[in-house]
Amino acid sequence: MIDLHGYGPRLAEGALITIELALLSLVLAVVLGLLTASAKMSRSWLAHRLGTLYTTVIRGVPDLVLMMLLFFGGQMGVNLFTDWLYYQFDIDIFININEFVAGVVTIGLIFGAYMGETFRGAFMAVDSGQIEAGRAYGMGPWLVFRRIRFPLMMRHALPGISNNWMVLLKTTALVSVIGLSDMVRVAAEASKATREPFTFMLIVAAIYLLIASVSEWIFARLQKRYNIGYGEVE
Amino acid sequence: MADTPLPLEVRNIKKRFGDTDVLKGLSLTAHKGDVITLIGASGSGKSTFLRCMNLLEQPDEGELIVHGEPVRFKRTRHGREPADWNQVVRMRAKLSMVFQSFNLWAHMTLLENVIEAPVHVLGKPKKEAIEHARALLERVGLTERADAYPAQMSGGQQQRGAIARALAMDPEVMLFDEPTSALDPELVGDVLKVMRDLAAEGRTMIVVTHEMAFARDVSSQVIYLHQGVIEESGPPDEVIGNPQSERLRQFLAPKH
Amino acid sequence: MEALLERLEGLLADNSIFTLQTLSYYGEGLVTTVQLVFLSLVIGLVAAVPLAIGRGSQRSWVKWPIFAYTYVFRGTPLLVQLYLIYYGVVFVEGIQETWLWAILEKPFVPALIAFTLNTAAYTTEIFHGAIKATPRGEIEAARAYGMSRRLMMRRIVLPSAFRRALPAYGNEVIFMLHASAIASVVTIMDLTGAARFVYARYYAPFDAFLFVAAIYLCVTFAILFFFRWLEKRLLAHLKPAGG
Repeated sequence: MIDLHGYGPRLAEGALITIELALLSLVLAVVLGLLTASAKMSRSWLAHRLGTLYTTVIRGVPDLVLMMLLFFGGQMGVNLFTDWLYYQFDIDIFININEFVAGVVTIGLIFGAYMGETFRGAFMAVDSGQIEAGRAYGMGPWLVFRRIRFPLMMRHALPGISNNWMVLLKTTALVSVIGLSDMVRVAAEASKATREPFTFMLIVAAIYLLIASVSEWIFARLQKRYNIGYGEVE
Repeated sequence: MADTPLPLEVRNIKKRFGDTDVLKGLSLTAHKGDVITLIGASGSGKSTFLRCMNLLEQPDEGELIVHGEPVRFKRTRHGREPADWNQVVRMRAKLSMVFQSFNLWAHMTLLENVIEAPVHVLGKPKKEAIEHARALLERVGLTERADAYPAQMSGGQQQRGAIARALAMDPEVMLFDEPTSALDPELVGDVLKVMRDLAAEGRTMIVVTHEMAFARDVSSQVIYLHQGVIEESGPPDEVIGNPQSERLRQFLAPKH
Repeated sequence: MEALLERLEGLLADNSIFTLQTLSYYGEGLVTTVQLVFLSLVIGLVAAVPLAIGRGSQRSWVKWPIFAYTYVFRGTPLLVQLYLIYYGVVFVEGIQETWLWAILEKPFVPALIAFTLNTAAYTTEIFHGAIKATPRGEIEAARAYGMSRRLMMRRIVLPSAFRRALPAYGNEVIFMLHASAIASVVTIMDLTGAARFVYARYYAPFDAFLFVAAIYLCVTFAILFFFRWLEKRLLAHLKPAGG
């Protein structure tokens, strides 16, 4: 049996943090992505510009730099706030919660830009005739979106979402740098303390591969569902 | 005059695309049970005219009166727009369109396609909608394909399915936009047969078509369009049987 | 040059953070980043060609190990790979007594190894995909003219695959530039390392990181335009004639 020198439970906790962080970031990224896609496809000049600026800047700058900018910059504001809280109410725990939130917000913000591009492409790939048919049958804009545009779009978007998710999952490792105790940070600490980097890093690598494989399986099933109506030919 | 309002009245529709006048003031009146066919060369504006009738295209000028209710418009920066989109939604629900490229929703089965708008637009109970849909699918000869997806069906089946979808709305008027143009020749017959049956049972229909035999045998009125103008209009034996203008004669002449 | 520096110094006099000193950190950081990224990309590219050919081989003892390699390196975070190699090297028993230590003592080489292994894995898959996408007709034509497998690979398949792979490879280059930011985690003074240093010293996160973000953005655009130019030149034959 592998000797984890008592780091087993912390490693498991770290893995849980990684998964939670990734899933919450994904939700935020999807919401931001849909908003960005609509902004970039909108007829409003300002919305279009803002959407383009957001996706260009986010995709042109390293994730880690963005993370530090938002985290340390955000931390500055949060610190002022927590200091105030400390003097007023003598509470100190708030900082920890904000660390996790900062991770979710940063990763969500980064991948919102990538998702935006994915969704935009997918929306444009939807056959306009089917949208028109919805309109011709008296559907309002929201009904057309919910019943026709969105489900048809998802078929085109899923491969991109799956891709973004795989990258997002790996990006969560970066939060270890800004101080969140995800599994990479636990493994790095354990490596230094026990001088057995291979044991811990390989376990972490294996967990990432496991999550990736499970996700792949889930996405394959989802793709099958959204491919409904397109025959069995892949 | 009549006790019930006219299903559809269109007055003086004008439409420009950029610098070209596509429709130069077209009018049409559909009485109950009328089958009006619009014929003309491609580019004559017949499809645009049809699409103006349910506002998939916004006419720059002119009036639309659906079942006695005039559609209200307002002027905006971008030109003329309907004043009340809820009214448009309501009037579109009374005019069902059958498209050249079928436009069945790809992610739904045929049955789901047929019940979609009745359930979500008209607010019909689902059970009732399904019953009605099954009856309609039987009429167009697609009982067995109810659970098939559009991609699994032939073009002719898809178009008959699309007609069932249109019928499910119990429309005042059915609009057909070249319903057989995208079909292989051997599949055209089935679709035309369904359309003939609909005409025979007194459906009000406006049909853009290249099928001259259909126009001649089925319509109550034929309208020949040329460059956005109604050049000839009247019962089929007059317009097709005895064309006045040289242009229409040429258009009707058998092609080699 | 001297006069220019003097004027720059005057310009910077009012500014407490962006002194000539900190700017030189950023400058050195840029050099380190470019070295690290460029070297790993070149070595990774050279390694990826035979690996991509092997990846599509009929022989399973060639194919599967390469697949396992790309699967693992593409499926795990680069940071984990970096830690594994960085700590792994440092904690090898007795390594500090050997001649290797002189090179491995500095974090640059472990980082270079990690980056190279990573980009080689991605590039292998990019090329593999491009090779697989070779039109059947071109292969049949090559066979019909009596080309051997090797000749066909060299003359027909690879040249067209390289062109097809160009857009995806451009993305990989930008990806590596951005990924290289984690070098700062193992104390390398790359661009991000310089920014972290300036941040720690002046506690000015916005100044430190926005400035470095702007530099990355510029380099990213430079790479983007370079690849667009390259694509235009190399893919011109795929465009319809006349247009």
